Amino acid sequence: MSGHDSKYFSTTKKGEIPELKEELNSQYKDKRKDAVKKVIAAMTVGKDVSSLFTDVVNCMQTENLELKKLVYLYLINYAKSQPDLAILAVNTFVKDSQDPNPLIRALAVRTMGCIRVDKITEYLCDPLQRCLKDDDPYVRKTAAICVAKLYDINAELVEDRGFLEALKDLISDNNPMVVANAVAALAEIQEHSSKPVFEITSHTLSKLLTALNECTEWGQVFILDALSKYRAADAREAENIVERVTPRLQHANCAVVLSAVKMILQQMELITSTDVVRNLCKKMAPPLVTLLSAEPEIQYVALRNINLIVQKRPTILAHEIKVFFCKYNDPIYVKMEKLEIMIKLASDRNIDQVLLEFKEYATEVDVDFVRKAVRAIGRCAIKLERAAERCISVLLELIKIKVNYVVQEAIIVIKDIFRRYPNTYESIIATLCESLDTLDEPEAKASMIWIIGEYAERIDNADELLESFLESFPEEPAQVQLQLLTATVKLFLKKPTEGPQQMIQVVLNNATVETDNPDLRDRAYIYWRLLSTDPEAAKDVVLAEKPVISDDSNQLDPSLLDELLANIATLSSVYHKPPEAFVTRVKTSQRTEEDDFADGSETGNSESPAYAPDSSTSPPASSSSAQYAGRQAVAAPAASAAPALVPDLLDLGLDNSSAIVSVDQPATPAGPPLPVLLPAATGQGLQISAQLVRRDGQIFYSMLFENNSQIPLDGFMIQFNKNTFGLAAGGPLQVPQLQPGTSASTLLPMVLHQNISPGPPSTLLQVAVKNNQQPVWYFSDAVSFLVFFAEDGKMERSTFLETWKSLPDSNEVSKDFPGIVMNSVEVTLDRLAASNMFFIAKRKHANQEVLYLSTKIPRGVPFLIEITAVIGIPGLKCAIKTPSPEMAPLFFEALENLLKS
Amino acid sequence: MAGAASALFLLDIKGRVLVWRDYRGDVSAAQAERCFTKLIEKEGDPQSQDPVVYDDGVTYMYIQHNNVYLMTASRQNCNAASLLLFLHRVVDVFKHYFEELEEESLRDNFVVVYELLDEIMDFGYPQYTEAKILSEFIKTDAYRMEVTQRPPMAVTNAVSWRSEGIRYKKNEVFLDVVESVNILVNSNGQIVRSDVVGALKMRTYLSGMPECKLGLNDRVLLEAQGRATKGKAIDLDDIKFHQCVRLARFENDRTISFIPPDGSFDLMTYRLSTQVKPLIWVEAQVERHSRSRMEMTVKARSQFKERSTATNVEIELPVPSDATNPNIRTSMGSSTYAPENDALVWKIKSFPGGKEYMLRAEFTLPSITAEEPLPERKAPIRVKFEIPYFTVSGIQVRYLKIIEKSGYQALPWVRYITMAGEYELRLI
Repeated sequence: MSGHDSKYFSTTKKGEIPELKEELNSQYKDKRKDAVKKVIAAMTVGKDVSSLFTDVVNCMQTENLELKKLVYLYLINYAKSQPDLAILAVNTFVKDSQDPNPLIRALAVRTMGCIRVDKITEYLCDPLQRCLKDDDPYVRKTAAICVAKLYDINAELVEDRGFLEALKDLISDNNPMVVANAVAALAEIQEHSSKPVFEITSHTLSKLLTALNECTEWGQVFILDALSKYRAADAREAENIVERVTPRLQHANCAVVLSAVKMILQQMELITSTDVVRNLCKKMAPPLVTLLSAEPEIQYVALRNINLIVQKRPTILAHEIKVFFCKYNDPIYVKMEKLEIMIKLASDRNIDQVLLEFKEYATEVDVDFVRKAVRAIGRCAIKLERAAERCISVLLELIKIKVNYVVQEAIIVIKDIFRRYPNTYESIIATLCESLDTLDEPEAKASMIWIIGEYAERIDNADELLESFLESFPEEPAQVQLQLLTATVKLFLKKPTEGPQQMIQVVLNNATVETDNPDLRDRAYIYWRLLSTDPEAAKDVVLAEKPVISDDSNQLDPSLLDELLANIATLSSVYHKPPEAFVTRVKTSQRTEEDDFADGSETGNSESPAYAPDSSTSPPASSSSAQYAGRQAVAAPAASAAPALVPDLLDLGLDNSSAIVSVDQPATPAGPPLPVLLPAATGQGLQISAQLVRRDGQIFYSMLFENNSQIPLDGFMIQFNKNTFGLAAGGPLQVPQLQPGTSASTLLPMVLHQNISPGPPSTLLQVAVKNNQQPVWYFSDAVSFLVFFAEDGKMERSTFLETWKSLPDSNEVSKDFPGIVMNSVEVTLDRLAASNMFFIAKRKHANQEVLYLSTKIPRGVPFLIEITAVIGIPGLKCAIKTPSPEMAPLFFEALENLLKS
Repeated sequence: MAGAASALFLLDIKGRVLVWRDYRGDVSAAQAERCFTKLIEKEGDPQSQDPVVYDDGVTYMYIQHNNVYLMTASRQNCNAASLLLFLHRVVDVFKHYFEELEEESLRDNFVVVYELLDEIMDFGYPQYTEAKILSEFIKTDAYRMEVTQRPPMAVTNAVSWRSEGIRYKKNEVFLDVVESVNILVNSNGQIVRSDVVGALKMRTYLSGMPECKLGLNDRVLLEAQGRATKGKAIDLDDIKFHQCVRLARFENDRTISFIPPDGSFDLMTYRLSTQVKPLIWVEAQVERHSRSRMEMTVKARSQFKERSTATNVEIELPVPSDATNPNIRTSMGSSTYAPENDALVWKIKSFPGGKEYMLRAEFTLPSITAEEPLPERKAPIRVKFEIPYFTVSGIQVRYLKIIEKSGYQALPWVRYITMAGEYELRLI
């Protein structure tokens, strides 16, 4: 059935456009049709054929369906660029929407909805109204989706014309396909509407569950996805729903299966009978396993979802670990995900077999996969105490193969194993030392040095080993330098003989005078002072007991996990991020502003002198505060005679190059109370409130601890999970012992770019806090983007213009804030300036005020801001241009919060 | 949770857009092309091979078929499983239309491609992917009729996979029961994993709207009916049905009832995770004499009943990539050296049950090697075979009843075959 359309691509002569124009106006039908095909071919290869608009539209009135479709396609593409001419097509559209042939009626409505031109949209309403009540289900199903299209272009129109009611009526349509599309449209509209548009009652639920049996596979997915939001009233209703959904697990379409699993998991939360739950778990296992026979891309989505499911309900697949063993021909992305699940399912019962697999993988050729396999062995050792020894012996076998990257990876994980089981497996140190000279990666080197320092007393030639690293001290990466410093100090404290004494001199000298790295310098100074004033205190600090670690990497916070499980099968479950983190729906209808800007900025130039007095009253003292921030970092070590009871947090994570920056006795932070993140009810009496704040150019985590429990709490420590900004603690958490009924507040200095999580940006900050009396508390916080805006973000006007021009248009993102009113330009600018968003220029456009501002986030990433609003009238529009447009949603969220309050 | 695709792209092997359809106007072709070409460039990075990629506020999901990439772009939290599966269905639709989906066939048929993209998806929501029915109202030039077409009833019917008014002189159904044996044997000869994936492949040539009912020796059903399970009844672990099968009915009383599509389709697939004895066992011993010569002794044994015979047996034995000068002898079948796959392929046309065959091979190896040898790609031994008239599971079609209101008699033909699926033995 092969065609010969490729000939239409080949007419690339010089006078192409005039030639086409002539052919489009030919009196012969066939010639016109061929010409339209040529136009579409040209459009397909990206040529601009918009100049032929009138001629193509003239071919629209035809009996030939194929030709009509092509003209419609042309219209979808070019109507936006020729909005005035597009009106020419309206008559034909309206006529076609009443054609006796349902195929043409549907085509007309479908196409009109795709043309995002206001003038066309106005004329769409009447045909749409008719088509929603058409006799033919094919037309109705198309019209249902068209309501969602119209809502996207003009939400008010949809509400005013009563289309929402009509759409709701379609839920009771007798045709399953119409029902499914109506559900999809309503669900989408609900997503973008603040009003309750689509509320699922138990009545609609039952109707939709019936429709489920009859619609196409895609329709079933729409319905299941929409229904998964339904909360059953009680366990009985939940059981009934589940009963009606379980047959879907047998569907050949994997998406139907996954959406059914989502719905069952949601309802299971309500089911109290353990028998029913156990039974459901048993029922879900085989379909989940079968997903692994699907196409690799589907397998990938399934595996990402299974990863979530086993975190919530480990029993479902507890006995199925073998199906996650990697096949030789699995694509790498499938293998990596399988490995992750194997670690999660590893138990004392199956560990032998799992280790055998990991060992097999560790000898494959794909370096990343091999590394991950080695790391997996380490993680199993940390997770399963009884299997640790077997894991170590496998690691030692792997080290013997002497493949460079395997050895390095093995040493990194063995370091963690030593941390987990102190004083248990040190006998293998000798073997590790043999591979010393093969190490060339910073993390491996740092790990090895940590091991030498930690066990200096058991390694006879520890001093020689360390000395061999010292020669190259200045060239080493920071991570290695920090470890060398600490290890040498440990060595000296454990063996205060002549050799180490000399070494420590060299190291301290190198790490203070010879270095530019403040982290290293600060740490060295602390050690130096400690050693010179009170060596016993130094021992207490440096050689203190370390807290036991556990393998909680890749373990999600329970509340996040629940949110992700409610999103099974969607992108959110693939990314393991909540939808807000990556959904960036920008309205496309307002993209015409770009052109205005060039002349707009000129007016801004000429007008701004008038504004000059104002701008000088409000700028923040950016230069002085920057200076202060710099000073503080240097001055801090002197101030911190670290109290002896502070455990050795320096070694908490090897890659956490934390400098101790202590703040003078934390003053109670003024201002509004901090948001409560860990309520006393969940924290067994401990309540934690916290918020990120920016003070003098530095980011702090302002925290308040309230002890409402019956016992004194002490030994507080904090750790942050990987996050978008790489926020991590810049020092130990300084909270004194908390007697029952007392509270303490502190400012924890934060550092950036430490443990950055990949993937789309998110404001999520997950925090773990522990103390000596209670279990570890996990809670999450939403980072306000404002704290990253630097004091030196002000731009020269010329720089602003150049930067704006140099950034491509795709870097521009805009958003409307319908609820925000700007009452006074000055007040708004003051408020923005207080958050380090600096005024550049303003202009007036009709009755609108247009403001230009700039700000900067760490690593010097600028944000160029354009705010448009009419004084006193709700509705504000903000457009930003930045090299990091992925941060735009975070920016808008922060801006909205700032201006709303 | 609602979400849909913004656009669908068909790209060539270098990531350039061949044809695309914009459904929502919020992702441009240039933007997608830029992201995707970037992706193709950094091929080595495992992260870049994920089929779901986030770039600049847009999520791209893609699959590859021949020299064409199919990709969706989205700014919403759309259903990833559904869209990726949809892309695979699009491939099936195009294959039905153009026999093969490749760059050339897309170019040659761009008009139909646009028409199809308009019909299969609306506003980014998958709509309809039954190729057979689609081709009733969207036709290629050769089949195009000048009469204006109407949408076939099936597009919106509850029975969306079959049109009415189909006529055959002779009403026939062919049912093939195909079982693939997947097995993974580890280097110490232990069976790590084994399962059987079965499929009931149907080809129907039936008139009208036939109502079909299929009976299997399913233990749950037979016990429910209170029948003595004489002969063998089997437990099927997970059964997946084509959308024509009434799932609620199956859930109720385990009856498989359906109105089949016309032509060929997979009625159901099932999985058994019982331990299966490897049907063909391969043992290999490798000896390296001195540094420059290696000798391989391979034994292949058929471990099924003598009355069955495996056909088209192909045993792929991995050999070092620097081996040369093969010298091979076999007790049965023929063997070829395939240096492009670093493998020796041993083919045996017919391999009866309970037999054992041998292969001996000698290779020359270079006497000079790198000081620190890199790890070698440790490929497993892979085996392919087919055993007709045999199923591992013992599944049996007890009956296939076909009832149509015109009352014709239809002839069902049933065949059984077992073949190797992912059959890997990590032995060397």
